[in-house]
Amino acid sequence: MSRCHDSLESLKARIAGLERACAGESSGEPAGLARTGHAGIDAALGGGLMRARLHEIFAFEADDAGCATGFAAALALRLGGTLVWLREGEAEKRGGQLHAPGLAEIGLAPSQVILGTLPDALAVLRAAADVTRCGDVGVAVVELWRDPRAFDLTASRRLALAAEASGVTVIALRIAATPAPSAAQTRWQVAAAPSLPMEANAPGYPAWAIELLRQRGRPAGGAWRVEWNREQACLAEALPVGGAGTGGAAALSGAVLPLSAGRPARAAALGFRRAG
Amino acid sequence: MRIAATCAEARAQGLVPGMMLADARAQIGHLNVELHDPLADLKWLERLADHCDRFTPLVATDPPDMLVLDITGCTHLFGGESALVAAAEDSLARFSDHVRSGCGDTPEAAQALARFAPGVTLARPEDGDVVLRRLPVAALRIEEETETALIRAGLKTIGDLAMRPSAPLAARFGEELVERLDRLLGSADSRITPRRSPPALRFEMRFAEPIARTEAAMAALAELAGQAAEALEQRGMGGRHFAARFYRSDGRTFDLAVESSLPMRDPEVLMRLLHERLDALSDPIDPGFGFDMIRLIVPRIEPLTPAQLQLEGGAVSEEAMAALIDRLSSRLGRGAIRRFQPRDTHIPEQAALTLPAVDLPAPEPWEAPQPGEPPTRPIHLFDPPQPIEVIAEVPDGPPHRFRWKRQQHHVVRFEGPERISAPWWKHAPGRSGLTRDYYRIEDARGRRFWIFRHGLYDSERPDPRWYVHGLFA
Repeated sequence: MSRCHDSLESLKARIAGLERACAGESSGEPAGLARTGHAGIDAALGGGLMRARLHEIFAFEADDAGCATGFAAALALRLGGTLVWLREGEAEKRGGQLHAPGLAEIGLAPSQVILGTLPDALAVLRAAADVTRCGDVGVAVVELWRDPRAFDLTASRRLALAAEASGVTVIALRIAATPAPSAAQTRWQVAAAPSLPMEANAPGYPAWAIELLRQRGRPAGGAWRVEWNREQACLAEALPVGGAGTGGAAALSGAVLPLSAGRPARAAALGFRRAG
Repeated sequence: MRIAATCAEARAQGLVPGMMLADARAQIGHLNVELHDPLADLKWLERLADHCDRFTPLVATDPPDMLVLDITGCTHLFGGESALVAAAEDSLARFSDHVRSGCGDTPEAAQALARFAPGVTLARPEDGDVVLRRLPVAALRIEEETETALIRAGLKTIGDLAMRPSAPLAARFGEELVERLDRLLGSADSRITPRRSPPALRFEMRFAEPIARTEAAMAALAELAGQAAEALEQRGMGGRHFAARFYRSDGRTFDLAVESSLPMRDPEVLMRLLHERLDALSDPIDPGFGFDMIRLIVPRIEPLTPAQLQLEGGAVSEEAMAALIDRLSSRLGRGAIRRFQPRDTHIPEQAALTLPAVDLPAPEPWEAPQPGEPPTRPIHLFDPPQPIEVIAEVPDGPPHRFRWKRQQHHVVRFEGPERISAPWWKHAPGRSGLTRDYYRIEDARGRRFWIFRHGLYDSERPDPRWYVHGLFA
């Protein structure tokens, strides 16, 4: 029974993917752009995220590493193709391992991810140059901790040129780093945002406060609160959460909120939610 | 301090291994002394063994100072036993001024001849037996006590021992003595344990004149790859592991190995991988005075039948992925490139394995998450979990506040507990570990954590500790 259910779900997901691809083509998604699914962001980017470019994602604070990783995974999923994820061994110790079931929960199939763990930032960058030259790779995520001296303007320019030549999209995921001039096409900052709670005041879907710090050739600026929708694999506008941060269930203003499809109405914040 | 080894000149002056260094210094004023480094000796022996690979694939080391070569079936390539021994001595004489060799029916006989009757050239096989019987009992490599006892009993040579019935010998001097005697004289069979097992396929090319350019060597290797592809195609097999070895004329060897995640035999692809590996070497292959031999071995072969393309194009993408992994693994190293493999366990940190991608041609698909549910597993997992200070209701209430990395977090939303108990069926009662109660937590700023209480309050621990185990997206 559950097998049947699973296959049905996977079929649905595939059809949704096909439809999305068709919709993208018919609505004139230009080649070389990947829509994020969020109208505001797509407009600011001029249609979508450019493929075959270098994009930089900064975690707002070191504690936002999870959110920045999630955003990188989400963008990689939108861009499509084989994903090569390069990390430092040090990052593994400090920021934790990349957890495959967690990637699956974002919607990214772990079987399509190739993980590279290299001893230091220089080795990561060298490997990134190699990976970027492989045309078969769809997206290369280069995760760097702090501000390694090796990743200077020259290194980022080299990476960007290699990406343009081979068609690989490179996402530089910077954790505990400060934004600095680089050759990236876009530069993002990601912080955690309060999620729209589920029943019984349980934490909801991943929600992020993202800011477009800079982009080449277009006006920069723009901050959004987005929610990651796994079923449709797209970014959606996060609904405002009343009184977030004040704590407690009483502050929730659920009644005035429009409900997203497929989610049960939140009647009371008390009680229990069936999980898993 | 004692002397471990001496050079020929020192021997001539009367210095022997085992002598006190102070005595030696008293004898000879200006003595050049180096500290004994057994590890370096062992490495040197290994290097010599690599060098001897050219005579036979079955080479064993016998530390501290001996190499054993099993030349069964190899002699005709060099024009007979004595010619092979001469060639081996010649090539080793370049490394050491003191090479002794012996050739016998068993490894023990060969070592005894090398140590106690060096330079004896045997005209007929039966001569070997005569020479062996004249050797002292020390050639048996037995313990010193037994040796002394034998000499005291008047049994000074191997021949003396061989004449006696074995039962009384075994009763008096131990079973081992008789066993060693049998092996030495060839009445019991004995084999060497070679350093590496013979490969499935082997191709080699020797050069009368050493080639001194790496490009030329790679071109020769490409020819060998072509031969390998032909041989593999005849058998309907493909290789998973290819290793090339360059033998430099001064005895150094260089290895170049690639692995593939799917069986393959296309020489062009193989050469591309080998070139990538060559570029990635931190210690580049230095031709020096030239290579006099190049060998390509295929240690691992697997059936490779022509694949039929699937209608949806699934096979093609899998092959492209495998090619990508091979390329990255040969560039960045075998262990650096990994893939995720699911494991059927409920212990979170064991749920995913990362295995070298070349070993994992087709990873299993992962279970799709429950639709309509937020993520229940974090994207970053700490190993080991990081301890935190938590204010929570006792006995088993949810956390209200916690302190992690010197920062206070107020819990705004939570879900849980998700109780994960240790695998009690694997261990003795009370030994399986503590139960964990996991909570999904969101703090005031929206950061989502996965924290757990280690142990049930009171029943398992009086004051359970709390840990943060992961970060959600």
